[in-house]
Amino acid sequence: MLINVPETVVADALRGMAAAHPELTVDVENRVVVRRDAPVAGKVGLVSGGGSGHEPLHAGFVGPGMLSAACPGEAFTSPVPDQMVRAAAAVDSGAGVLFIVKNYTGDVLNFDMAVELAEDEGLQVARVLVDDDVAVSDSTFTAGRRGTGATLFVEKIAGALADEGAPLERVEAVARRVNESSRSFGVALGAVTTPAKGSPTFDLPPGELELGIGIHGEPGRERRPMMTSGEIADIAVHAVLEDLRPDGPVLVLVNGMGATPLLELYGFGAEVHRVLSERGVAVARTLVGNYVTSLDMAGCSVTLCQVDEEMLRLWDAPVQTSALRWGR
Amino acid sequence: MLDTDFFRRWMAATAAAVDREASRLTELDAAIGDADHGSNMQRGFTAVTAALERESPATPGAVLTLAGRQLISTVGGASGPLYGTLLRRTGKALGDEPEVTDGRFADALEAGVEAVAQLGGAKAGDKTMLDALLPAVGALRSSAGAARDAALAGALATVPLQARKGRASYLGERSIGHQDPGATSAALLVAALVEAAGTSGGGDA
Repeated sequence: MLINVPETVVADALRGMAAAHPELTVDVENRVVVRRDAPVAGKVGLVSGGGSGHEPLHAGFVGPGMLSAACPGEAFTSPVPDQMVRAAAAVDSGAGVLFIVKNYTGDVLNFDMAVELAEDEGLQVARVLVDDDVAVSDSTFTAGRRGTGATLFVEKIAGALADEGAPLERVEAVARRVNESSRSFGVALGAVTTPAKGSPTFDLPPGELELGIGIHGEPGRERRPMMTSGEIADIAVHAVLEDLRPDGPVLVLVNGMGATPLLELYGFGAEVHRVLSERGVAVARTLVGNYVTSLDMAGCSVTLCQVDEEMLRLWDAPVQTSALRWGR
Repeated sequence: MLDTDFFRRWMAATAAAVDREASRLTELDAAIGDADHGSNMQRGFTAVTAALERESPATPGAVLTLAGRQLISTVGGASGPLYGTLLRRTGKALGDEPEVTDGRFADALEAGVEAVAQLGGAKAGDKTMLDALLPAVGALRSSAGAARDAALAGALATVPLQARKGRASYLGERSIGHQDPGATSAALLVAALVEAAGTSGGGDA
């Protein structure tokens, strides 16, 4: 691993972000990354956060048109409420703050505590959960569906609306709508090595793959012999469509898990488009790349989001972050 | 009677046990979670030790509320809020007496464990820390040793269970056959009570 010692991995990365991105205010000690121009007068603040190891999520999405601030936790560990309250205070212009939270027990508990603490400090805070992963059955027998690729769609589209000066209720509502319109499915071709453990978190021999994985190196639901890119696309897209059943155009995120080359991801993206076309689903926009990653995991995920006109307009709106940048 | 020093020794013994067992906790977590429970708990209890030295809380209740607040601020994940709430609520239930009876402590710990169940939404048999804590609370009415044995047995009994809460629940049936890391660390916390009682009057002044 390209690290100094496991204990300083997150702080080292934040120092690197500070060095590379003068347009961000990086508080290395307290682990908060904020738009340098925050708080922006009259604008709802958007704060997200989660365990580190999913880069560029979330700090790579801080900037005009997307997040106001991000709180990185330890690798694969939710940040603590103190970080979230500090971020909320830094971005609040008086228009309120929206927390965007991926649905994992740790993230939910810590953000819930942060909502209470922030309200004690007089801030107006709303919270939106992202839970798009169809591999987890949404029943009382699990912690519920995980938040994965849809987080990028939620942060981009809600961020664009917030930049237009929309009030908190509308920003919260569009974030919810994006989440409800999105589904994801992930596949691992190799296991993850966390800095804390230093060896792979599960044993996935070459020649096998895991279907239905999350973004924390947790094993998936099912192991199968290796398949072609086209066969994987068939399984992943069908799993998403079966649950989403879109009746309009979709945004497509062809996402790499961290260790799969773009050459392979684009090839996989072609297969995803093939399956969508066979199923008669129109594609509005496609994004291919490593955006919601799982450290050094090899593999990919597919996220589809059915969009209406407003959502598509907000998706196309200019964005200026270190990882996502277009328009303007 | 249990004085402030007893609770400081309890926290110190827990920190030592977490240090000793950190890699085992992480190994257990790698099987059904994300391989960081040991390092997260270590970071939390290191902060607890430092805070107790820095602030010298004067009552049993203050020791535990300070420890709980440190865990919430430093651990992250689900363990931070859950263990933090356990100690904070137990500490609050102890009030601000300079020393408390064994019975009062057992009542307070029960209140703390109830708060954990409410926050996490878990119940007995869901393969969580509660599977060690719930039996320990009952057994603490007899002795710290009985509580330790009950917590250890509860942690071992999570092996055949299917996880219904937390990250292990994503595995469905594949979570069966593994000991729950949270129940294992909870058993360490309870076992540290015996050490804290045993070293009473020792050379730690």
